[in-house]
Amino acid sequence: MMNDPTPARDSWDSNREVALVDLLDRVLAGGVVISGDITLSIADVDMVVISLRTLVSSVASWMDGRGDGHDAAHP
Amino acid sequence: MTAAEGLWAYAVLSGGSADSRTNGLRGVANERVHVITSGDLATAVGTVPLSRFGEEALRHNLEDLDWLAATARAHDAVVSQLAGSGPVVPLRMTTVFLAERGVTDLLVQHADDFDAALRLVSDRQEWGVKAYADPQALVSEPESAAKTSGTAYLLRRKRELSSKEEAYRVASDAARRVHETLTLHAVDAKRKPVSDQSLSGRTGSVVLNGTYLVDNSNVAAFRCAVDELAETIAGIDLDLTGPWPPYSFTGDVVG
Repeated sequence: MMNDPTPARDSWDSNREVALVDLLDRVLAGGVVISGDITLSIADVDMVVISLRTLVSSVASWMDGRGDGHDAAHP
Repeated sequence: MTAAEGLWAYAVLSGGSADSRTNGLRGVANERVHVITSGDLATAVGTVPLSRFGEEALRHNLEDLDWLAATARAHDAVVSQLAGSGPVVPLRMTTVFLAERGVTDLLVQHADDFDAALRLVSDRQEWGVKAYADPQALVSEPESAAKTSGTAYLLRRKRELSSKEEAYRVASDAARRVHETLTLHAVDAKRKPVSDQSLSGRTGSVVLNGTYLVDNSNVAAFRCAVDELAETIAGIDLDLTGPWPPYSFTGDVVG
């Protein structure tokens, strides 16, 4: 079965809808990590992972509260 | 840039056309995106207030889902638009430099790595495929006409207990088949960790969180393969997302 409305992005248009979980999965877990004293230590993986874990429970209710059907239906 | 400001970094790109590619882009603070160039490379950055994007502010703001969602979308919008105009190496969101010197040092120190990464992702896109399995749908319970005997009952009961385990085995096999098939249509492929179930709001279990680096010329074939798998493998739902900038395929090259 193919799920209906997950919009594969047809273009690079910035206005497209992208499921938040898929987005965070990439912008916070992907990309090049710069380490060293030239940056702040914010890009630290552990910190982000921990931070996201603390968010997990609230995400669902937050999405529900929004009635954000797309994000809720398509992680 | 003042002491109260930092440079929020989006991505590294080739220096030559970097100015025109960033022209008109607005970033996470609605700031103008500009480039810092060194040699043949450039980094797309935006000047942001540290009161909102500095280390302390970020630690606090990352816990605010509205803020996180809006910032992630704004960050991705810049990186995606850059990806639409040529090869791009995304930097992890929340990379903030305190001085322009830090950006140029980065480009100088890792010039070869960034060159290699840009070559790797040239004329390619990242596509994501998630597979959801409904354990109940995977194993059909055979309904026999007569189940009156004690032996028949015990057999049926045993089958029920093992069916869930069996369903997960079938689902994992299906996920492996999907991933192996899609890998054939990609130049690189990864099985990412499965996101927390409570984030999904779906009932099916995620059995595959795959992401694929696909030649632009092969995207149509890749999407056909996804459709075909979705039709031929029962009890499994596939979600396709993309095109993404190559977020998942550049981290290994640079570092």
